[in-house]
Amino acid sequence: MGLLVIVLFGVSIITFSLVRLAPGDPAVHLAGEHASPQVLENIREKYHLNDPIYVQYFYWLRMAIQGDLGRSIESRDLVTNEIIERLPMTLELTLFAIIIATIIGIIAGVISAVKQYSIADYGVMLGALFGVSMPVFWLGLMLIYIFSIQLGLTPVGGRLSIGIELQRITGMYVLDSILTLNWPAFVDSIEHLILPAFALATIPMATVARMTRSSMLEVLRQDFIRTERAKGLSERTVVYKHAVKNALIPIVTVIGMEIGLLMGGAVLTETIFTLPGLGKYITDAILAYDYPVVQGFTLFFATLFVIVNLITDIVYVYIDPRIKYEG
Amino acid sequence: MKKEGKLLGLLIALIMLSSVFSGCADQGTTTPPSTTDATSKYGGTLVFGSSGDAVRLDPADVTDGESIQRMDNIHEGLVMYEEGTTSIKPALATEWTISEDKKTITFKLRKGVQFHKGFGEMTADDVVFSFARQYDVNNWYHDKGEWAYWGYMFSDIEKVEKIDDYTVAIHMTKPNSSMMTSLAMFTADIVSEKAAKQYGDDYFKNPVGTGPFEFVEWVKDDHITLKAFEGYWGGRAYLDQVIFRVIPDPSARLMALQAGEVDGMEYPDPSQLEIIKQNPNLQLVSQAGMNVGYIALNCGEGYVDKNGNYQWDDGEEVAVPGEFEPFKDIRVRQAIQYAINKEAIVKNLYNGAATVAVQGMPPGLLGYNYDIVGYPYNPDKAKQLLKDAGYENGFEVTLWHMGSTSRPYFPEPTGIAEAIQSDLSKVGIKVNLFTEDWGTYLQDAEAGKAPMIMLGWSGDNGDPDNFLNVLYSDHVCTVGSAGNYGFKRNAPLQKVLNNALLTFDQEQRDTLYKLANKMIVDESTHVFIAHADQNLAFRSNIKGFVIHPTDRKFFYPVYKEK
Repeated sequence: MGLLVIVLFGVSIITFSLVRLAPGDPAVHLAGEHASPQVLENIREKYHLNDPIYVQYFYWLRMAIQGDLGRSIESRDLVTNEIIERLPMTLELTLFAIIIATIIGIIAGVISAVKQYSIADYGVMLGALFGVSMPVFWLGLMLIYIFSIQLGLTPVGGRLSIGIELQRITGMYVLDSILTLNWPAFVDSIEHLILPAFALATIPMATVARMTRSSMLEVLRQDFIRTERAKGLSERTVVYKHAVKNALIPIVTVIGMEIGLLMGGAVLTETIFTLPGLGKYITDAILAYDYPVVQGFTLFFATLFVIVNLITDIVYVYIDPRIKYEG
Repeated sequence: MKKEGKLLGLLIALIMLSSVFSGCADQGTTTPPSTTDATSKYGGTLVFGSSGDAVRLDPADVTDGESIQRMDNIHEGLVMYEEGTTSIKPALATEWTISEDKKTITFKLRKGVQFHKGFGEMTADDVVFSFARQYDVNNWYHDKGEWAYWGYMFSDIEKVEKIDDYTVAIHMTKPNSSMMTSLAMFTADIVSEKAAKQYGDDYFKNPVGTGPFEFVEWVKDDHITLKAFEGYWGGRAYLDQVIFRVIPDPSARLMALQAGEVDGMEYPDPSQLEIIKQNPNLQLVSQAGMNVGYIALNCGEGYVDKNGNYQWDDGEEVAVPGEFEPFKDIRVRQAIQYAINKEAIVKNLYNGAATVAVQGMPPGLLGYNYDIVGYPYNPDKAKQLLKDAGYENGFEVTLWHMGSTSRPYFPEPTGIAEAIQSDLSKVGIKVNLFTEDWGTYLQDAEAGKAPMIMLGWSGDNGDPDNFLNVLYSDHVCTVGSAGNYGFKRNAPLQKVLNNALLTFDQEQRDTLYKLANKMIVDESTHVFIAHADQNLAFRSNIKGFVIHPTDRKFFYPVYKEK
């Protein structure tokens, strides 16, 4: 807990300075082209933009400690509101992407390791190479073109079709539709989510597949596997019961890291599929010099990152008895 | 692990199942069938693909097109535009009179006009509040907004006064004949004082106007829903609902239109126009846009406006950082005009969806001078002029452009900048290109840092003053807040522009602005490139949409053919 506070304090100072050192003026952005100097001055006064940085930081910190991240300069809405409004979307997309990436990535990695140097192995590795190097905006547009325009299977973008009613509880539409037993909304929200989640999943999928493969190969060469085989256990049991379990240990870390990366990296996917998530929101805020939003978001995100790391470590202890945390 | 695997397997199976089901489902929008007979225009939902989300829903406190697009269907002003033109007709005011000294306009308000959501009848109090909150620092609502447009379009208004419940007077500090056109702008929309009191800081999320549609919901970055206001004084709109869906990527927008998920879209890429024209299910709606894209040549005559009153007499001359010596010679400026092949730029970089500009404002406005031919492409003449000016071997200059920031008047800034670079190199002028992010770019432009800069303007209210006084007058040679990036003062021109504001006689104004346009072209501080068309695309069953020169989008007369 103490460490978390130190990390967040450091992050907030760095963000605060970086954002303000970047060239550009939120006042100009807010007031539009040809605003009078008086209007610009009023805005700068109002948001303390004329005060020294450390004074501004003090203002902000005093509010942030009370859980108030201030109001967005651009939209005038509370930053916490803005984040809470968009977080479920990004969370849902990320979770779906991680699920897809984990399942396909592990299966592909295991197959590829068990059948090393076979066609399947090369196929998986080639696929992984494509997955890592394919730009998501291109892949996204291709997916839309094939599945939405040509085949008419999925919607082009957005979260829910017009005319489908859904009572919003958590803001995660799939979950909300399950909670309210709303079958049409469930189908519709899954349809909307499947392509973007797949597009977002390609990079972590490839990473997981590669990691699984190398980790599997390493495990398969270890003594205990030889012992298992010598005991006369079937190859199937050896591979799937013993080897996979051990090979998965490093994968957990990768998945933990990927969750954080994906939440931040969902920008392009959210743009292509027009999903109102955090990724797109923070990009717009940076472009608009919306200081309170950038600071609030970074703080929020750092917290999330630290928590996800913590969970990863806990899971690690759980699946790998060799690791013990002292302290 | 095992348990989890099963659970995930189940989920995947569900997902696959749902895709299979969706294959059988109807892909169209799910509008309930109208209960009225089939020939009726009433009913249906129009989903419009917008390129961005609204920022705020307070008409006086926004400057971006996306917010205005939503506002325009929720609110109205005292006057409104005639369909498709910038002439004025009565709206919330039924008639108005102008005082002897031309400084007061008195409006009679329409009686019985209702605000949405049961906020009661619109009266003079609401009108006074809608204006006073913008100019009066003592107004209780003043601190809640920036009112960016007020200082720039309405600063001549001194006071708005309630005469009785249905009469208001607008007092101005000096006669300003463009005020009537300005009053049709979103900034002058009338909002409910009662609603503002009820919602306070969150009013920008809960707009209440008197317009044909009322606000229903706003899911940020996703959509904004409006529904027909049953109590609209002009009669109920045909459409039941208008939904603005945010689809930032133009390719995704067009795909959504092709798939029928949206019924209309804005800002198609020039490269998409042909695709839209070829598709029998789609219609392209185009018109010359009320904009101009230009290059300004910095002549270095800037000043600081000490009192902020736009009066040059009170200013103090200062150096302009981007001042460029060769541009002080009019022959050099003319040479640049002749050296740039504007026709080729329009053909290749606007995909033909623009007209070549020969003066500082678009055709169709009052005061557009049809006698001006401008500077046709003539590199030989350009070389000769450079030689006469003593620059036979040319010179080196930096052209600022907007890089990846696409604006209506410059859809592909980088390409256009490169074309200009190549044209000028043919007459011996070496052009270096420079770009930076849009916010900083504007700031630096206003500070006069650019020797040669690409910029443009989309009109606000359709009045010539909103182009000529904003872009080419002495008043805006102010270093730090400039609008005239040519930084060349021109007293005779300023006089003409001032006089044009003093008369409410349309014919007189027309004559004066024609003269002003000629003076601006002769001064040659701005190279006018193009007026880009505004384009929208709709599904072919959407009828009745009339494109507006200001690029504002009014869905009141629109209906959906069943």
